[in-house]
Amino acid sequence: MAEHLEKRAIVSGIGQSEVGRRIYGGDDRWERMPLDLTIDAALAAIADAGLDRRDIGGICTYPGNMDTPPGFSAVGVTELQDALRLELDWFAGGLESPGQLGSVIGACLAVAAGLADHILCFRTVWEASAQGDKGREAVTMGGGGGSFKARTFLQWSLPFGAPSAANWIGMMAMRHFHEFGTTREQLAQIALNARKNAALNAKAVYREPMTMEDYLGVRMISDPLCLYDCDVPVDGSTAVVISRADHAPDMPNPAVHVEAVGSALHGRPSWDQWDDLTTMACRDAGAMLWERTDLTPADVDLAELYDGFSFITLAWLEALGFCGHGEGGPFIEGGSRIALDGELPLNTHGGQLSAGRLHGYGFLHEAVLQLRGQAGERQVAGGPEVGVAAAGGGPLAGCLLLTR
Amino acid sequence: MTGKPFRVLPCITPENRHFWTGGADGELRFMRCGDCRYWIHPPAPICPECLSKEIEIEAASGRGVIHTYTINRKEWYPNLHPPYPIAIVSLDEQEDLRLTTNIVDCAVDEVEIGMPVEVVFEEYDEVYLPMFRPRRGS
Repeated sequence: MAEHLEKRAIVSGIGQSEVGRRIYGGDDRWERMPLDLTIDAALAAIADAGLDRRDIGGICTYPGNMDTPPGFSAVGVTELQDALRLELDWFAGGLESPGQLGSVIGACLAVAAGLADHILCFRTVWEASAQGDKGREAVTMGGGGGSFKARTFLQWSLPFGAPSAANWIGMMAMRHFHEFGTTREQLAQIALNARKNAALNAKAVYREPMTMEDYLGVRMISDPLCLYDCDVPVDGSTAVVISRADHAPDMPNPAVHVEAVGSALHGRPSWDQWDDLTTMACRDAGAMLWERTDLTPADVDLAELYDGFSFITLAWLEALGFCGHGEGGPFIEGGSRIALDGELPLNTHGGQLSAGRLHGYGFLHEAVLQLRGQAGERQVAGGPEVGVAAAGGGPLAGCLLLTR
Repeated sequence: MTGKPFRVLPCITPENRHFWTGGADGELRFMRCGDCRYWIHPPAPICPECLSKEIEIEAASGRGVIHTYTINRKEWYPNLHPPYPIAIVSLDEQEDLRLTTNIVDCAVDEVEIGMPVEVVFEEYDEVYLPMFRPRRGS
């Protein structure tokens, strides 16, 4: 049997910039440009790993530098490498990978293969500033009207006034509700739990209490998803350093080991042609993860699962086997099981719903903090030893099983 | 300016022309494998089932059922006013022959999964967007 090389990798350092709703100063204020946020996160992660920039031999990032949608990404490998004058033996950045954390999985394999000893991985967003006061409408391709014509996969949804993942995920949630009797009150627990945890996270953007009444009363976006089922755009950057495990003794912080990864995509890579719309690509990635370890879902002490929309978290819970397919609603009902003091603490920093849309990397950052015992007020009790970080919705999915 | 809502239109290519313009003749056209008869959508130069490259263009019945839907309640585009139903319709020809579309001629609160629907086209220049309405009669 092939050796599972990801086990040779550790997360040796983590770093995060300032995070906020609109911290980019604009064209006349260069201090908070996306690259500057990235540099803050990168240097913090390098220092956290006890390293110097000259030790960094690789960069992996998602999705690389892109002009559109606005604020989705403005920094790729090139910009960061040049700003820090890094000498790289391996680098990769791109959109086509197993979700946002696919970039981290790539780094694990690269250090395991000896391409580099230490690889810096990062994800930078500045969607809050880029969207400005126009909000999410600003990201709907063609919103300017006129000559824009839809190409690629977008041609199948944009002409029908369905430009948002809220529409695409809304249809998946609706099918799940239909087949399994899942309810809005159940789904609400993802948002309520996130908000409760965000209250203990000083960097979270939404920290005021949210009640079930608030959730059920807020405006709908795309049935059955309401405003509080949608994550909140922010500006910010998150970085991690992936090192080969033999460096662990040299690191100032406890090493967090990569026990297994999930990167599979077996179904059709599409938002509407996916075979079973009550599942997502996480079904395949989650199944793969458990094929690469002797641990089981029962061993997991905390789960940091992508919540670009609340329903995606529910899909990840099922995909990772914390409950059966279709059982996600009853599993989270009432919220006590997924609370900070529950049997499976979930999205302990507030997720993207309340802490802000750092787009996948926030979950990994939080899982590492928790496994190190450095999560402060929101630290999961009992010295958690096993955690899952997962990111991506629809046809995007990648996940890591981490151990202390 | 017509009374039609704003729509982002697809870029017509040799690959997708049959789909987006078939409505001019009242037909919902797809690619279909000339060998194993599998319906192929979105367009591809090979049959994903049998790998035949004998691809034909054929009109489907235009009848199907709502596999799932959402009611969009946010205004994404000027002059395309919510609420409106967005659906994934599964066509009668083949369970996995599906497309994202809008449900029309139907009250928003009457749309439901499993509802039998039939195609109706909305014309925008050379593009005929396939929408679906509740099926009438048999």
